Amino acid sequence: MPKDKIDYAAPVGDAVAYTTCYMCACRCGIKVHLKDGRLRYIEGNRDHPVNRGVLCGKGSAGIMTAISPARLRKPLKRVGPRGAGEFIEIEWDEAMAIATDRLAAIRADDPHKLALFTGRDQSQALTGLFARMFGTRNFAAHGGFCSVNMAAGGLYSVGGAFWEFGEPDWEHAKLFLLFGVAEDHDSNPIKLGLAKLKERGAKIISINPIRTGYSAIADEFVAITPGTDGLFVLALIHCLLETGSIDTEFLIRYTNAHYLVIDDPGAPDHGLFLRDAAGKPLAFDRATHSVTDAMATATDPALLGRFATSDGRNARPAFDVLAARYTAPEYAPEAVATRCGIDAADIRRIAAEIAEIAFNQAIRLDQPWTDTEGRTHSTMTGRPVAMHAMRGISAHSNGFQSCRAIHVLQMLIGAVDTPGSWRYKSPYPKPIPGGPAPGGDRHDPDGALSAAVLGFPSSPADLLVDDEGEALRLDRAFSWEAPLGIHGLMHMAIAEAHAGGGDKIDTLFLYMSNMAWNSAMNPGETMRMLTDHDPDGKYRIPFVIYADAFASETVAYADLVLPDTTYLERYDCISLLDRPIGSAHGPADAIRVPVLKPDRDVRPFQDVLIDLAGRLGLPQFVDDQGEKRYQSYADYMVRHERKPGVGPLAGFRGADGTAIGKGAVNPDQLRRYVENHGFWQLHLPAEQLYYKHANRAYLSGAKAMGLIESDDQIVLHLYSEILQTFRLAAEGHGSRIPPARLRARIASMMDPLPIWYPPIEQSMTDPDRFPLHAITQRPMAMYHSWGSQNAWLRQILSENRLYLHRDLAAAHDLADDDWIELVSRNGRVKCQVRIMDGVNPNTVWTWNAIGKRTGAWALAEAAPESRRAFLLNHIISEYLPEDGAGHRASNSDPVTGQAAWFDVTVRIEKCAPDTQEATEPMFPPSAYTPGRGAE
Amino acid sequence: MTSLPQPIEGAKKLGLVIDLDTCVGCHACAVNCKEWNTGGHSAPLPDYDKYGAEPDGVWFNRIHSYEATGQDDGCGGRTVNFPRSCLHCETPQCVTVCPTGASYKREEDGIVLVNTDICIGCKLCSWACPYGAREFDEDAGVMKKCTLCIDRIYNTSLPEAEREPACVATCPSRARHFGDLGDPSSDVSKLVAARGGVDLMPELGYNPVNKYLPPRRAMIPTRATETPVRSGTGFGAALLTLVDRVLSR
Repeated sequence: MPKDKIDYAAPVGDAVAYTTCYMCACRCGIKVHLKDGRLRYIEGNRDHPVNRGVLCGKGSAGIMTAISPARLRKPLKRVGPRGAGEFIEIEWDEAMAIATDRLAAIRADDPHKLALFTGRDQSQALTGLFARMFGTRNFAAHGGFCSVNMAAGGLYSVGGAFWEFGEPDWEHAKLFLLFGVAEDHDSNPIKLGLAKLKERGAKIISINPIRTGYSAIADEFVAITPGTDGLFVLALIHCLLETGSIDTEFLIRYTNAHYLVIDDPGAPDHGLFLRDAAGKPLAFDRATHSVTDAMATATDPALLGRFATSDGRNARPAFDVLAARYTAPEYAPEAVATRCGIDAADIRRIAAEIAEIAFNQAIRLDQPWTDTEGRTHSTMTGRPVAMHAMRGISAHSNGFQSCRAIHVLQMLIGAVDTPGSWRYKSPYPKPIPGGPAPGGDRHDPDGALSAAVLGFPSSPADLLVDDEGEALRLDRAFSWEAPLGIHGLMHMAIAEAHAGGGDKIDTLFLYMSNMAWNSAMNPGETMRMLTDHDPDGKYRIPFVIYADAFASETVAYADLVLPDTTYLERYDCISLLDRPIGSAHGPADAIRVPVLKPDRDVRPFQDVLIDLAGRLGLPQFVDDQGEKRYQSYADYMVRHERKPGVGPLAGFRGADGTAIGKGAVNPDQLRRYVENHGFWQLHLPAEQLYYKHANRAYLSGAKAMGLIESDDQIVLHLYSEILQTFRLAAEGHGSRIPPARLRARIASMMDPLPIWYPPIEQSMTDPDRFPLHAITQRPMAMYHSWGSQNAWLRQILSENRLYLHRDLAAAHDLADDDWIELVSRNGRVKCQVRIMDGVNPNTVWTWNAIGKRTGAWALAEAAPESRRAFLLNHIISEYLPEDGAGHRASNSDPVTGQAAWFDVTVRIEKCAPDTQEATEPMFPPSAYTPGRGAE
Repeated sequence: MTSLPQPIEGAKKLGLVIDLDTCVGCHACAVNCKEWNTGGHSAPLPDYDKYGAEPDGVWFNRIHSYEATGQDDGCGGRTVNFPRSCLHCETPQCVTVCPTGASYKREEDGIVLVNTDICIGCKLCSWACPYGAREFDEDAGVMKKCTLCIDRIYNTSLPEAEREPACVATCPSRARHFGDLGDPSSDVSKLVAARGGVDLMPELGYNPVNKYLPPRRAMIPTRATETPVRSGTGFGAALLTLVDRVLSR
C-alpha cells in the first residue's frame, strides 16, 4: 500500500514579519509568515501584551481580506451623478491636486467649511492635528456613535474608562459583572480573562438581554430589559446602602464623598462644593468639629449630616446627598423589578453577593506602597468585585448617567484600581476633566486653532456656542445639545451638512467609515441627503472626498475617492496619544509595518494626509521655509513631537533608544520596534500596580514619562460638580445659559449624581404601537462591513435573522425563517425570524453589518448579504420626533451626544405567505465595483 | 476494507480536550484551522462561490451554537457553543469502511488520516462517520479531514512551544487542549479526570479519543441577612452605624 507522505520539517514559509492586526479594533500582535512574497499564515504573537499568542477568527482571516476583490485600485473621480457609482480612474497627481485646490480655497475663505470625520482608524492623533492645523472645528472620529458615553462617563467619574481603557484584575477578581458586553473591543483580552476567571472558579454575571457569546458561559445570565441597566445598578446601590455595605475609608481617601455641597436651592452656587478663599473644597472634620480642608489628612470627615456654613447657609457631604437619594423607595428592587425585567429577589441576592465578596472575602496583597500624602501602607487591600461595561450601556440615550452609576457603585464598594477590581490601563488614570477645553472659537495667526479640536469642558464657559447659545460645530458637539460631546457626533455630520447646505460646509472629507450604509442611522435618508440638490442644481453638500481601502456602499457617494491600503501594506502607530495598547501592568504602544507591497495604485491614507498637509502648508507639517516636514507617516511617527520629547511612539526614545515616554527623537526608533516584534511595553514595579490614582510612585513616574501633567492625587468624582455647573446655567445662573427649549433638559440630565430616565426615543413613542426593544450585536467572527465581505468569514455568516423569544413568536404565530416586517416610528425593514429562549421576552435582536447593498463590496448581485441579510439601521433615525416648536433633537444622549442606537422600539407584522423572499428596503444596484469594465 | 492497527499497550493517543465551559463560540479555532491547513499537509481547503450566492468551502473544524433546554437558568435553558472536528476514534468505522486503505489510523499516535493519493472519493467514510467530521474536496475529488495538525505537532522547523494544533494555539478562551490521552499522567488526562470529561455519543462504540468538558456553574453563598425594615426615606440603622465609626483620611 502506498505510504502517505508527511513532511515533518516543512518550514511554514520563507520569511516572517511581526506587525499589528487590524481585522478589528483590538490591536493584537501578529506573526505573519510569507512564502514567495505571499501570505502563508497569520498567527498571534506569543509575546504580545494584548493577545499573548491567541488570534480570533477575524485575525486568522486576514489573508482573504488582503486579496479581496473589493479592494480599491486607483484614485477615482466621479463622472456620473452622485450615487450612480460612475467614476474614471485618475492618477494620484490629479487626485492630490483636486483635493489640495479645494481645501486651499476653503482654508482661505472659512476653514470651518471643511468637515473631516474619520471612522475606525487608529490615527486620530494625526487626523486631529491635521484638523487643528487646518483650522476647522468640524472634526471628529467615530466615537460619538460608538463609545463616548463610556469614555465621558468614566473620564468624568474616575479618570479612566471601560471599553478598552480599563480591565478587570483577571488574576484576583472573584466576582465579575459584565454590563452589556458582547464581542467588541478588547475581545481577545476579555476571552483570555474569562478563561482565567473560570479556572479560579470566580463567578461571572452577565447582565445582557441576549444570551450568546460571553453571556453563554456566564455563571448567571440576567436578561435585563434594554436601557434599564442604570436603574438596576441604582437598585444595587440602594441595597448596599441599606445594609451598610460601603467602603467608607475608600470614599474619604480617594473620592469627593466627604466634600461639603452647598445646599441652598435657587442660589447660584447651590450644589457646588463649599470652598475656602483659595478655592479648596471643604469637609466637616468630626474630630475638631470644624469645617476644614477636605484634602487634609488625619481628619475624621463626616459623610452624613447637615452643617452650617460661615455665611449661615447649609452644606451636606456629597455622600449625604447620594445616600438620601438612593435610599428612597423608588430605587428599591421591588420598585424597579418590572421595569428592568429582573426579579426583586435576584437584585437583592446579587447585591448581597457583591457585598459578600467585597467585604467578607476582601483580599490583601503583601505589597507596600506609598500614597500621594507620603503615607506608606504595608499591604494593598482589594475588593475583588470587577465590572466591565460596553455597548449595551453606551448605545442608549441614558448611557452617560448609567455608566456613571456603575462607576459610583464601584467607588461605593472601594473597587477602583484595587486588587481584584476593575483597573486602569496605562496611560490612565488622568485628571478629571481629562484635558484642556475643546478648541474651535479662536485661531492663531498661522490659521491653526488655538486648542485641540476635541477637548474636555469643565463648565459652560468651555462650550462652543454662539450668543444665542446655539452650536458652533456642525455636529453640535460641545453645545447645549451635547455639552460633553468629547468625541463629536459623526452620526449627525451628513444630516447637518445637508441641513446647512453650502453656506455651512463646502467639503465633507470622510475616512474609513461606511456612512452611506451600516454606519448611518437611516441609510436611505442619508443616501438621499448625499445626492440632494439645491434649486440651482448644485449638490446640497457641495463636495465629498472619501478615503477607504474597499468598495463600500459609501464610495458611490464621493466626488473624489482616495484608495487606502490594507493593514498589511502600511505603517501605523498605536500610540499613547491616541488608543494605545497599555494595560494595568504598564504603558505600551505598537506599530504596523508593511508586510506586503501593494499590487495596486493605492497609498496609505496617513501618508496622503501628511502629503496634503504639506501641500497646504499647514503649520507643524511644513518647516520654516514652507517645505514639507515629513516624507511619510513612518517619518512622522519618528520625528513628530507633540510636546518637547513626546511623540507618537513612547518606546526607544532618545539618542541611544533608552528613554521611555519622553526623550529626544531617535532616528533608529522604528528599527528598534521591529526588533522587538512591533511593540514596546513597560512593566511597572509591583508597588505601582494598584491605587494608581493616589499612588505616589506611579503618578510621579507617569508624569516623568509625559503621560500626565501633574502628579497630584486624582480625586474620584463620586459627585460631579462639573455637571452641576451646567445645571445651574439651566436655572439661569451665570453668563452662559442654554436656549429656552433646552433648559429643562439640561437641568434634569446634567445631574451631579447618577439618574435614570427612560431612553428618550421610547418616552416619545407610543408603547402600544411599538412595544418591543430592538438591538444589534456584533458577530464574534466579523468586524463591521469588512468582515462580511471576507471569503472565509462569509461562509460562517452571510445572512442574518431577527431573533426573538419563543413566547413572542407564539404570540405572532411565527416559525423559524418566516418573513416579517419590523416596524418602527421611522420605517420598516423586512426580514426572517429565528426563535430562541435566551433573550429578554420583549426584545428582538440581530447581528449588525451583515446586510449589504446589492453590488457593493464586489459581491455578486445574488449574494445573500443583499437578499436575506438586513440592517436594523433602516428603522433608526438620527433625529427624534419634532418638539412643539418644530425642532428635531438628535437621537442621542443629551449629555454626550452618543448615538442612541439601542433606543428604538418596534412592532412585528407577519408577511403574507406568498411574500417575495427578499429583504426590503432594497436599493437599486449602483455601487462601484473595482476593475469592472477594466478587465 | 481497511483494517485498524493492533492496539499497542502504552501507545500514544493524541487528541483534543475541548472545554464547553469556556468556549464562547467565536470561530477563532475554525478559521485559524482553515488558514493553517489550506497551506499545510492537506492543502488546499477549497472555497466555492467565494463572492457569490452560495459561499461554501472545506473546513476541518466547525462551530455550532445552540440552546439546550432542560438546564434551566431562569431563562429556559442555556446556550452551548460546540466545536466539532474529527475525534480520532480508537475504533473508527470511517477507516474500516475505506475500500482502498486511503483512510487509516496511525499506529504510533492514533491520528486518523486520509492518504489523498489513493483516495477514490467514494465518500463511504463520510457516511460512516456519525460526527460529520469528514470534508469532501470537490475540486480534487478526494476526502479530507482534521489531521490534528500533523504538520505542526511534529514539525522540527517550529519552536517546541509551537508544536501544537493551530486550533489550540489560537483559542482565545483557552478552551482547547492537546495532548496524549493514552497517558493517564498527561495534563490532558488529568484535566479530563478532574472535570469529568465525556465522550461524544459513546453509545455508538467508536471510542473517541477527543473529550469534551461539561459546563460548570460558580455560586457565591451569601450569609442570611435580615431584610432591612424600611422606615420612609431616612437612612437605615446599618448605614448610620457604618458612617458613625471614626474615619481617618
